[in-house]
Amino acid sequence: MIDLNLIIERFPAFLGGTDGAPIMSTSDGLQLTLELLGLSLVFGLLLAVPMALMLVSRNKWVARPVWLYTYVFRGTPLLVQLFIIYYGLSQFDWVRDSWAWEYLREAYVCAILAFTLNTAAYTTEILAGQIRNTHYGEIEAAKAMGMGKWLMMRRIVIPSALRRALPAYSNEVVMMMQSTSIAGLVTLADLTGVARRVFSDTYMPFEPFLTVAGIYLVMTFALVWLFKKAEQRWLAYLAPRKH
Amino acid sequence: MFLQGYLPSIMEGTILTLQVAVSALLVSVVLGLIGAMFKMSPSKPLAWLAEVYSTVVRGVPDLVWMLLLFFGVQMLINELFAQLGWEAPEINSFFAGVMTIGFIFGAYMTETFRGAIMAVPKGQMEAGLAYGMSPLRVFLRITFPQMVRFALPSFSNNWLVLVKSTALVSVIGLNDVMYRADTAKSITQEPFTVYAVVGCIFLAITSVSDLALKRLEKRYSTGVRETEL
Amino acid sequence: MKKPLLALGTLALALSATVSAETLRFATDASYPPFSKQGADGKMTGFDPDIAQALCAVMKAKCEIVPQDFDGIIPALQAKKFDAVIASMNITEERKKAVDFSDKYYNMASRLVAKQGTQVNAAWFKGKKIGVLRSSIQEKYARDTFAKQGAQLVSYGKAPESFMDLKAGRVDAAFVDAAVGDVDFVKTPNGKGFALVGPDYNEAKYFGVGSGIAVRKGDKALLTRINAALKQIRADGSYDKIQKKYFSFDIYGK
Repeated sequence: MIDLNLIIERFPAFLGGTDGAPIMSTSDGLQLTLELLGLSLVFGLLLAVPMALMLVSRNKWVARPVWLYTYVFRGTPLLVQLFIIYYGLSQFDWVRDSWAWEYLREAYVCAILAFTLNTAAYTTEILAGQIRNTHYGEIEAAKAMGMGKWLMMRRIVIPSALRRALPAYSNEVVMMMQSTSIAGLVTLADLTGVARRVFSDTYMPFEPFLTVAGIYLVMTFALVWLFKKAEQRWLAYLAPRKH
Repeated sequence: MFLQGYLPSIMEGTILTLQVAVSALLVSVVLGLIGAMFKMSPSKPLAWLAEVYSTVVRGVPDLVWMLLLFFGVQMLINELFAQLGWEAPEINSFFAGVMTIGFIFGAYMTETFRGAIMAVPKGQMEAGLAYGMSPLRVFLRITFPQMVRFALPSFSNNWLVLVKSTALVSVIGLNDVMYRADTAKSITQEPFTVYAVVGCIFLAITSVSDLALKRLEKRYSTGVRETEL
Repeated sequence: MKKPLLALGTLALALSATVSAETLRFATDASYPPFSKQGADGKMTGFDPDIAQALCAVMKAKCEIVPQDFDGIIPALQAKKFDAVIASMNITEERKKAVDFSDKYYNMASRLVAKQGTQVNAAWFKGKKIGVLRSSIQEKYARDTFAKQGAQLVSYGKAPESFMDLKAGRVDAAFVDAAVGDVDFVKTPNGKGFALVGPDYNEAKYFGVGSGIAVRKGDKALLTRINAALKQIRADGSYDKIQKKYFSFDIYGK
């Protein structure tokens, strides 16, 4: 029932080669998915750390804007955010005339921008929650040592919060990987986009979709394994006693 | 006129979106409870089945599941029924969307309910059985009310993610709010406005849900002491 | 727009009152004006739905017009989600392997839509981005021809999206049915400064003899009825009436 030949024939296309179709962006298939995922996560994390600090601040002029940002980006679907950035911004003449247009006209950049903003919002909440959860004893000890506020943040609070955020963050990373599949809806040929292309060429649903499902599953397992190793190393002190 | 009169169309689409979301939630709760039961059951094959279900479903993107189920499963059903000689039932987009989302989030709910049920002290269930209550009675009167308190935070999170996932059903042709928005954006040539409106609609849905669920959490936590820092 | 539809509707109702009305589901693209478009009230309008309604009236059946994105329309037909497809689908040999086609109901060339004054020749394509509708014959032709000349293809799920990106400058040209490019873009305020450029693309190998109505392979009964109905509306003038509503020229061709 399932045509294995079709899968084998088209497999390179899924991974990142082409199946004779002209490439739509810098890369295709799995390569594109990993690029989108990797870049969004890195930028998102870089944004999230300062924003988490702002969010826990007692100064409401600093905390409120960040709260609003996470509220909006966590309360709306990623698809809507992506469409607003890709189609919505192109509507305005002043955007098209500005310097940003050179970047925003690429679907690739729009996708990374949307994914980054989205993951940054979730990561900010996760980090902020863990910062608030810091054991009071740690803060007390730091103050007793004479550490200033910024030194304490840099050396004690943030590293500790990052570690404790690992389980929740691993969830976020896995969800982000699933979310990259909507990049195909703005003309990018990521893993799911290639599957849809093969499907619309051949009218066979199982072969392409089951193949990409399998690839996503393998990647999920790889990510989960990676995070397990990370937890073993950085959360070793929370592991159950072995002896 | 605002959005050339497409606003009512978008609101109609919202109603459909809500219908899909609520129906899918019901399906996911049922699947989640069954899954949690299986996972905790002494029978190895059942536990394994539930494990595979929740792992595989959460490891593949929603969009891929939707495409697979809408096109693939319909073909399977057609073939199956053709072999049996019956007229195949047609799976319309609404049904496909609800079943897919329900199926996906059933996996997440399995984890939610499993954690919640395990958090209820075993002694409670034992006491109920000791009193001669049937297992079903024990579940309904003792386990469930206590489990709700533990399940609610994770449940509300799943619900919010579910609502946002319904945005994807437009891809399988369901005339929901995103589909209407797609049409409106081409006709009105104002994609920013259209999608900003859709964003606000979703924001409204998530905010209201959030408030309602927080109320529910408060109600089910009566009498529980909160940790004081 | 509503009056002829109402007239056709009442006609269908009157005719169907004499015979028990079966429901025929026709699928159309819904975002391909003037051939099909979804109005603010959610109803399908356009050349394709109107022809479908006319055929149903003659066939004494009730018509249900269902929207479906073009790239999933043949698989959905095969999956029995509807009975026939009337979506400006060109009759090609490759598609005939998957579905059966009725006689053609119109024949139109495809054109490139680009900035006014663009000179299109073989050298022009290098490095250009061409927007196409996913799964359409325009995509196939572009893949086999334009891409070989150095162009890059960008595939969209709905045709109007390619026009939006054309206006925004994300693609250099859109390759669509001539009428769609004309009515849905060039003639609208958005299409200012754009025009249909280049030659008529009409190679039979890719574009077939024209567009037909697709039914599932082997559904001979429905096919015969549709062909008979098609002949009738051509003969009794209802085809011309519908055609005049949307086009100022004859789209049936030879």
